[in-house]
Amino acid sequence: MSTEISVNSPANGGQKPGFGRALYEWVADWGRIVIESVIALGDFSIFCWRMISWMVSRLPQRETIFPNLYQVGVLSLPVVALTGTFIGMVLAVQSYFQFSQLNLETRLGAVINMTLVRELGPVLAATMLAGRVGSAMAAELGTMRVTEQIDALAAMGANPIQYLVVPRFLACLLMIPTLTVMADFMGVAGGYFYSTLVYDIDRHYYWSNSASFVGWFDIFTGIFKSLFFGAAIAMVSCYQGFHCAPGAEGVGKAATTSFVYSFVMILVLDLFLGIWLDKVYFLLFPQGVTLF
Amino acid sequence: MIESLLEEQKPVVEIEDVCVTFGQQPVLRDIRIKIVPGQTLVLLGESGCGKTVLMKTVIGLIKPNRGRVLFDDQDINTLSEKAMSRLRLRFGFVFQNAALFDSMTIGQNVAFPLRQHGNHNPHRIRELVLARLAEVGLPDHVVYKKPAELSGGMRKRVGLARALIMNPELILYDEPTTGLDPIMSDVINELIIRTRRRNPVTSIVVTHDMNTARKVADRVIMLYPMSRLQEDEPQIIFDGSPDELEKCRDRRVRQFVNGEAGERLMEMRAAATPI
Repeated sequence: MSTEISVNSPANGGQKPGFGRALYEWVADWGRIVIESVIALGDFSIFCWRMISWMVSRLPQRETIFPNLYQVGVLSLPVVALTGTFIGMVLAVQSYFQFSQLNLETRLGAVINMTLVRELGPVLAATMLAGRVGSAMAAELGTMRVTEQIDALAAMGANPIQYLVVPRFLACLLMIPTLTVMADFMGVAGGYFYSTLVYDIDRHYYWSNSASFVGWFDIFTGIFKSLFFGAAIAMVSCYQGFHCAPGAEGVGKAATTSFVYSFVMILVLDLFLGIWLDKVYFLLFPQGVTLF
Repeated sequence: MIESLLEEQKPVVEIEDVCVTFGQQPVLRDIRIKIVPGQTLVLLGESGCGKTVLMKTVIGLIKPNRGRVLFDDQDINTLSEKAMSRLRLRFGFVFQNAALFDSMTIGQNVAFPLRQHGNHNPHRIRELVLARLAEVGLPDHVVYKKPAELSGGMRKRVGLARALIMNPELILYDEPTTGLDPIMSDVINELIIRTRRRNPVTSIVVTHDMNTARKVADRVIMLYPMSRLQEDEPQIIFDGSPDELEKCRDRRVRQFVNGEAGERLMEMRAAATPI
């Protein structure tokens, strides 16, 4: 995105521009940014549409899908599990004092588990996926673009979107629910052990309170949201890789940008899906469930 | 001679008034070329004149802003993605840096088009891969190696073997001898000639290398960079046989053929001099 700023250029003798000129430059700069953003959004939409049309018309071959499933699912499990465990324990540490002031320590399980399965589990799993897998995808595809490997695929009659993007998209879509379940499970376990072993909270009441407040819909909410997160990570990362600028700098930028955009997408989707799923919940269970 | 050939035979590739612009920068302007079957066309020109862009336009990797490219009377830019993928099976492309897939072995690289499009059994695929590698002078054991383990010359030869595996009708070579020593460059030149002798293929070779042009070309076209052209000047500054190229009196052609810097050094100094 290059913008020519002639305001303080030697051409006008370093004199300060008039207000009208400065306003003109400011509007022109913003106009350029808006036009470029609309073009990028249109380009991204076409990219997504082409991916979907290839996905429904021809499924990827086994040798392209399985390595991606392994990369996205199996290799991400340890880091997601570790993050989930620590977040569960941190939630226990952060909530214990406030709950103990109200003599409601046994409700800690409900808060920790509800927070984990509805929000932190899916968001954390998606964030780890964006960092570990999304950036790697963008860098790998970017390198392939820079070294003409993507052109080589096309030149040999293989569609690069069908061959490279569809398997990665499917791998993210299929694996992120399992990673979310793993993050949820390890978080619940971490919170439980910390609460019962360190704070000596009664195990029976910890679980019975959790069971009263955390329902199947909460677990479904987290897993349902994770599908959107996985799709967003795959699309953003593959798009950044495919549109990588030349050189090592371009590849590095594609990797960084893919993580930043994926993370923003995760948060935005989380908000809107959260609002929508809440409406669905109250439609199904009008009386709701209260913690106190 | 070229005109008479074009009159006798129906062209396999027709480039009609092709213009390509990247952003604000024009790269190709009103390029018009007809290539007949079996011809080896060498595209010459200095760096940045649009040779590779033209070649990528021919196989639809770059879409022209204006004009069209016909292959066997089909406008390749009006084809659907799937039809384009099928048509590309009739092309072979040897990339400048070979563009081998890093994650695959040499055997998997060469077999890639067969696995994607053929219905051969693994045994037959292996036979074909070994035969193509032998044609370009590579031993059987390289099939297990990764591209990073090979020298530049070997990688180029693997790229050639991969381009030939589907028996294409049109082969495009992007700077096949760039970065190679003189002996390996001549090996590549010989392989291009041998490929043409074995199979009745049409070839387009993009190069800076005058030895390659003299050795392999039936026809030479020289492009000139758009940045150095006036509004009304054609971008193709030479179209003829290699012999005619040697006799051409155009100052720009002579400068390239003889490898003379001429006024360029002065221009570069002037551009670099602070005001």
